[in-house]
Formats: sequence, structure tokens, C-alpha cells
Amino acid sequence: MTTAYPLPSNLSPATVANTASLLRIVALALISGAAIASRLFAVINFESIIHEFDPWFNYRATRVLASQGFYEFWNWFDPTAWYPLGRVVGGTVYPGLMATSGVIYNFLHALNLPVDIRNVCVLLAPGFSALTAWATYMFTKEMKDESAGLLAAAFIGIVPGYISRSVAGSYDNEAIAIFLLMFTFYCWIKALKQGSALFGTIAAIFYFYMVAAWGGYVFITNMIPLHALVLILMGRFSSRLYVGYSSWYAIGTLASMQVPFVGFQPVKTSEHMGALAVFGLLQIVAFGQLVRSHVSSAQFQKLLYASVVATGILGTAVFGLLTYKGWIAPWTGRFYSLWDTGYAKKYIPIIASVSEHQPTAWPSFFMDLQFLIFLFPAGVILCFRELRDEHIFVIIYAVMASYFAGVMVRLMLTLTPVVCVASAVALSTLLDTYIDPKEPDTGDDTKSESEATVVSASGTNGSSFSATPTPTPSKKIKKAAAAAAAPLPTSGIISDLVAATGGPTRRGEPIKTKGIFGMDSRLIVIMHTLAMLSFFVFHCTWVTSNAYSSPSVVLASTNQDGSQHIIDDFREAYYWLRQNTPEDAVVMSWWDYGYQIAGMADRPTLVDNNTWNNTHIATVGKAMSSTEENAYPILRKHDVDYVLVIFGGLIGYSGDDINKFLWMVRIAQGVWPDEIQEPNYFTPQGEYRIDDMASQTMKNSLMYKMSYYRFAELFGGNQAMDRVRQQQVPKVGPTLDYLDEAFTSENWIVRIYQVKKEDLLGRDLKSANAFGQGKKRKRTKPVPRRRAIV
Amino acid sequence: MAPKSSAPTQQTTAIQTLWKAYNEQTSDRLKFIDAFLFFLMLSGIVQFLYCILVTNFPFNAFLAGFSSTVGQFVLTASLRSQVNPENKNEFKEVSPERAFADFALGSIVLHFFVYNFLG
Repeated sequence: MTTAYPLPSNLSPATVANTASLLRIVALALISGAAIASRLFAVINFESIIHEFDPWFNYRATRVLASQGFYEFWNWFDPTAWYPLGRVVGGTVYPGLMATSGVIYNFLHALNLPVDIRNVCVLLAPGFSALTAWATYMFTKEMKDESAGLLAAAFIGIVPGYISRSVAGSYDNEAIAIFLLMFTFYCWIKALKQGSALFGTIAAIFYFYMVAAWGGYVFITNMIPLHALVLILMGRFSSRLYVGYSSWYAIGTLASMQVPFVGFQPVKTSEHMGALAVFGLLQIVAFGQLVRSHVSSAQFQKLLYASVVATGILGTAVFGLLTYKGWIAPWTGRFYSLWDTGYAKKYIPIIASVSEHQPTAWPSFFMDLQFLIFLFPAGVILCFRELRDEHIFVIIYAVMASYFAGVMVRLMLTLTPVVCVASAVALSTLLDTYIDPKEPDTGDDTKSESEATVVSASGTNGSSFSATPTPTPSKKIKKAAAAAAAPLPTSGIISDLVAATGGPTRRGEPIKTKGIFGMDSRLIVIMHTLAMLSFFVFHCTWVTSNAYSSPSVVLASTNQDGSQHIIDDFREAYYWLRQNTPEDAVVMSWWDYGYQIAGMADRPTLVDNNTWNNTHIATVGKAMSSTEENAYPILRKHDVDYVLVIFGGLIGYSGDDINKFLWMVRIAQGVWPDEIQEPNYFTPQGEYRIDDMASQTMKNSLMYKMSYYRFAELFGGNQAMDRVRQQQVPKVGPTLDYLDEAFTSENWIVRIYQVKKEDLLGRDLKSANAFGQGKKRKRTKPVPRRRAIV
Repeated sequence: MAPKSSAPTQQTTAIQTLWKAYNEQTSDRLKFIDAFLFFLMLSGIVQFLYCILVTNFPFNAFLAGFSSTVGQFVLTASLRSQVNPENKNEFKEVSPERAFADFALGSIVLHFFVYNFLG
């Protein structure tokens, strides 16, 4: 046997194995380091704080857990959220994240490392990303081998699609969920391969952890049964499948019901019925197999199949009946909108209003995955080529996750792991083929080369390979040539692809009739691959540092001399609330800011990001979008002391409340269609404007008044300009009768208004105000009085 | 559907042959496991009937009891197929001793959750 480059021959296999395992350990350690380090941009550039909105609640709950213990947290009733109603936190939260940080916190304190709970929370996601890399390594190792596993671990360590949800400070459920997802899948694959109840049990325990951590556990609940079902349909039922699935389902389902937020859902809702149905089907099939092993009459087998089919149909009918009767709850809107993509927009505006629930655009696939998105289909095709039981899992996962990621931006997160795995399989196959030093046999070398030239001359498909001497086996070449001669060019391309990727699977054959000749072709391909990989690293680092590492709490802008200017209005305002208002002052804001107000300002809020009560949110939307006179009773009824609005018109912060205003109107309209109508907020031409041409309803709405109150004065008589809408604000700004401006932050981003108490003399506040002003300026007196009568 | 039309007469003989074949071909160990499986099935049926006919009021208690029998059933059935000599080449990595250890561990975990859920 000839080799392309010299190999050392005096190494014992033990040395090779030891060195390889040492290299793997070092590589995994470096991957963990890279995964952690690339997530620290935000901490180093800014500071170690919690980002975004949801993490503020998780952080607040974790603080309760760390300071008061687990049982207090478990039974925590939070009277400050959803102000008049309160929130049973223990029963409406996935406690896995908080429990994890609580355990880490107590562990570190037991070691006399007194770390602040905030730092545990901030750095939890980077820590778990290292574990995710390890879990992906283990998972991919089951698919192919260790080298593919290392590639997959390196990919998922730095890929932006996962970093986006797990930078330091992003203390969200996804931080630990992706690790649990991958590890559960790994255990499931292991249980299926070995047929071991041990791994089924471990899969169930990690499934339980996943259920406790993230609402996306439903993905696992449906992926594993789907895999099992496909295996049964492909005729791949085995006792191993039975053992793995049954032990996972029996323990996992019971375990998942221990989480109070999940409760009896696993036996009562449609999302979980697939798993139950496959469980029942497996029992039937297993029993049928058992009976078949004892009896061998063909007629009897037919009868058996008939009974199996009948039982299946009966079971489906029972499920249908139960769903129809309402004993099994139908799909919730959040999941249903994944199938009927127009559903949320029509019926549940609150789901459609979240920007993460929009469909994904093509560029974001490239931005989040770079060249992995091109390798991903190749990896899936390679899985088809070998098609062991676990490859079917990857294929199903790839198909399902691709669909979901296409429907919803935030589900890109579940796609990323399988993209990393499949691309690692593809890339590792490529590298295996081209690093393999074995030269093909030169015996039939001339023959195959002559045939290769025939192919390249005869068909379009050979042209790409004629540049490098690719000696495919003569059998394959004949096939490729036949395919090229056939009228369908696609089949030629496919067989060409099959021939090109067939390298490593046939390596064990005694007669090696194909391979790569010489060093030059090897070097070209490997150098090219290395270049792609290094570009990937640059791309990931660039995307991470530029796009995903900004805490939304502080806004950063660059001055003209390149120095960084930090806009810290949010915390300025929240701390003003914290320090200058009574502790029980109720703050009303749009629900986006509920968690942040509770976390930073520590004041009761009316609504927050946990949007469990749509009517309550609609009430806030109604108060924001109606006139002062109509809004005031709502505010008083809910004991609102302060109203907080976000206004970006001065510095051009586009995510402000005027841009979200139409969603408030829509959500309010869903509950009070008579009082709030969306078309009233548009100009007659159907434009959404805030300048002189704005509709009267718009100008009179509370939100408009609060946003633009005194805004025109800021420009000292010049034309006032809203820098987000790029429209000129009317010179005479709105006046407020029922609210007082209490605080406006430095850049006017956060504006806080105090709700006035009722007039001491019993007048309505508008006429009282008019009276107070009318004394000074007689001329304006009649106008407000006339309004007051109306 | 030819087999179905003559099903009633065939079924009795088929079940008889099945029973005979089972008695002859199954080892005592597996029969012992099957007896346990049968007991679990009866227990599950009784609980289910109680739930349907009488009340399902402490629903978590019903679920805990019922899924204890179901879980124990499938774990035992898993053990049965793992120690079945006929399946030897399917379970290359699971020896009968390991299968029993897996079974014990799975049952312990299952019953931990059962007791936790009984409330």
C-alpha cells in the first residue's frame, strides 16, 4: 500500500489512542474556553448586568430563591405583579433556571467563594454554553465519530445563532435549555442504540430538567415520538426501541408532571398526545411481536396484523373523540400559530406583536450560521446515505427545526444545534476523505482515469471533477456515465454527489479502487476547508461583537471622535422611581417594561412580560389609546400612581411606545371593539402620522399626549422634529389635565407622569385646570369650558 | 378479508396453540416475570375502573398510582425482552445482570416521582 505522505510506522496503537484522547481533551477544553470567551463582549464592553426584559424577572426570582430559600420561592406569591391580581410565581414559572443558579450559588458559598447572585446569573449562560459544546460533541460522536464530534462542538461553541440567546447577561431559559435539549437527545440516541433502560432513565431525568427549564420542552416531547413512529413505519421496530422509548416515556411523563406550571398537561393537552399515542402503539407492536415469535402460521399473522391495525384505528378514534369532546385540550394558540401562520395575526394580536414571532428572512440564516447553512443539507444527505436509526433522528430533527425556524425567528435557536451536527458530519466526511493518506491502487489506475476522462467529456456532471484527478471506482463511473447519458441531468448530479461523498464508507474494503491522488489535490481541498473554517471564526466573532452583545438596558452610540457615548436613561428613570416614590406606588406602562420596572425600580406594575391575562393588557392598551377623560377613570380604578412611557423621538430610539402604539390599539380593540377602533388613529389617507396631519383621535390619545408633552418647547420656537418618525411635531404641543409630568430622563427616553388625585372641590380635573389657567389668561377661558361641557 | 370471516373458529384454536407454544417455549424465569406483568396489568385495570366508575377526585393520586403500574409494567417488560435469550443479538451491550441493574434503577427513579406526586 502506498501513502501520499509518510506515516510513522513505529508507534504502538496504545500511544496513538492515548495521544488522540489527550488531543480531544485539549480541544474540548479550548472549545469551552472559546465558547465562554466569545460571550463576554457585553460584560467587558459595558458592565456585568442583566440584559433584555425577561431575564429581569428570572433574576428577581433567583434573588428570592437565593435569599429566602427554595420553599419560599416555590410558594412565592408576588403581590406586586399584575397589580390588583397578583401572580402565583411558583405555579406560573419554569423553575429550572432559578434552581440551577441557586444550586451554583449555594455550592460556591459552601466553598467559601462568596459570589454575588447577580454574577452567577450573568455568567450562567456562558458556563452552560461550554456544557452545550460538550453535549453536542457526545451527540455527534454517536452520529459519526469523535472527529465529527469535535467539529460540531467547535461550531456550536461560537455559532451566532446560539450566542444570540446566551451571551453573558442574557439570563433566560434558553441559556440552559439548549444544553438540556442536546443532552436529552444524546441520552435518547444512546438508549435507542443500546436498548438500555439506564439511558432511557437518564434521558427521562434530563427531560424532566428540561421541562422544568423551558417551555420548548414540547419540542422534545414530539421529536422523540416522531422518531419512534418513523422507525416503526420503516419496519425498524426492535426491542431496543421498545426499551428506550418506554422507559423514557413512563418515567419522563410522570416526572414532567411534577413541575407545577405543567401540571396535568401531559395527559390533557394535544401537544402531548403524540407521545402517548406512540407509547400505546409501541405496546401493541411489541405484544404482536411477542405473539408472533410463538406462532408461525401465516394466516394467524394476518389476523394479528388486522387486530393491530384495528386497535390503532380504535385508539385514534378515541383520541379524536376525546379531543372533540373537549376532555383533551386543543392546541394552544402559541403552538397553533406555528402551523397556521396567519392565525396569530388574526386572532391573538399579543402573540403577533412580539418581534421574535415573525417569520425569518434569508439573510438572518446566513448571519446566524454562515457557511454551516450550506453544509447543512450536505450533512443531511450524508445521513441518508448511511441511515442508521440515529441518522433518521437527525433527518427528522433537521426537517422539523428548519420548518419552525422558517416560521418564527426565535426558533432559529432550536435549528442551530442540528445545523452544527449535520455540517460537522459533512465537513468531517470531506476531511476524512482528503486527509486519508492511502493512495488508490495503481493497478487499474490507467483504466479508471481513462474512464474518468470519458465521463468528463461526455457529461456536464464530470466537469467539476475533471480539474482534480478524481478516480472514482469504475463501477460508479459507469453508473455516472449512464446517468449522464440519460436525459435527466439532476440524476447525474445526484449520482455524482453520491460518488464524490462515498469515500470513507468503503474504506474497509480489501480492494481499494478509488481515492485521492497526490498531495496537490489533497492540499487544495484541505486549505480551502481551513480557509472556510477561519472565515467562519472571523464571521462569528464579528457578528457576536457587533450584533448580539449589547445590553438593551444601556444604549451605546459612538461620538464623532470614536469614543463611546452611553445613554443610560432607563436606569436613570427606574432609579428615580425607586428612590423618589412611595414603595407601594403602582406604575402603569406597556407590558414590555413590566419586568424591568419590577426588577430595577422595585415598584408594583399593572402588566408585565408574562402575558397571561390578555384583558388586563387590553385595559392598559385602552387607557393608553383613549382620551384623558376616558383614561382617567381607568387609571383611578386601578390605583395607578405613575404612568411610564418610552419616547425615542429626541435621540432616534426606534423601539419606543409610539411605534408600539398600534399594537396597544389592536389589543384594546380586540376587547372593546366599540370604543377603540384602529382606523381612527390613521389619517384619512390611511397614514400613521404624528405631525399636524395626525388624526384627532391620535392627537387626543393619552399616549400621544404623554410622548409629546412639552416636546415642541425643547426646540425653542424652531420646528420640532421627531427623529424616529422623521416628521415635524406641531408647534403647539398637547396639554395634560389629568396627569403631571413627574420625571423625564436626560435624553427624554423615559417619561414618567403622575396621576393627579381628584379635585378637592369635586370638579373634574379639566375644568379645575381651566379655572386655574383661566385666571391668568382670560382669552383661552371659553375654549376649555366648552370642552368640559361636552 | 378471508381470515376474518373464519376468525371465530380459528381464533380459539389459534389461542390454544399460542398458549401451548408459550407454555412450552418460555423459561421459568420469563414466566415469573410474566406473572408479575399480569399482576401489574390487573392492578392498573382496577385503578382505571375505579377512576372511571367512582371518582377521579384526587387526580394526581390516580395519575401517580396508575402511572406507577404502567411505568413498572413497561420497565418489567423491558427487562423481560432484555433477558430473553432470543434477543441476545439485539442487546449486545446489555448483559442480563446489567439489565437487572437498569431495571432496579429505573424503578427507583420511577417510584421516587410516584411518591412525590402522590402528594
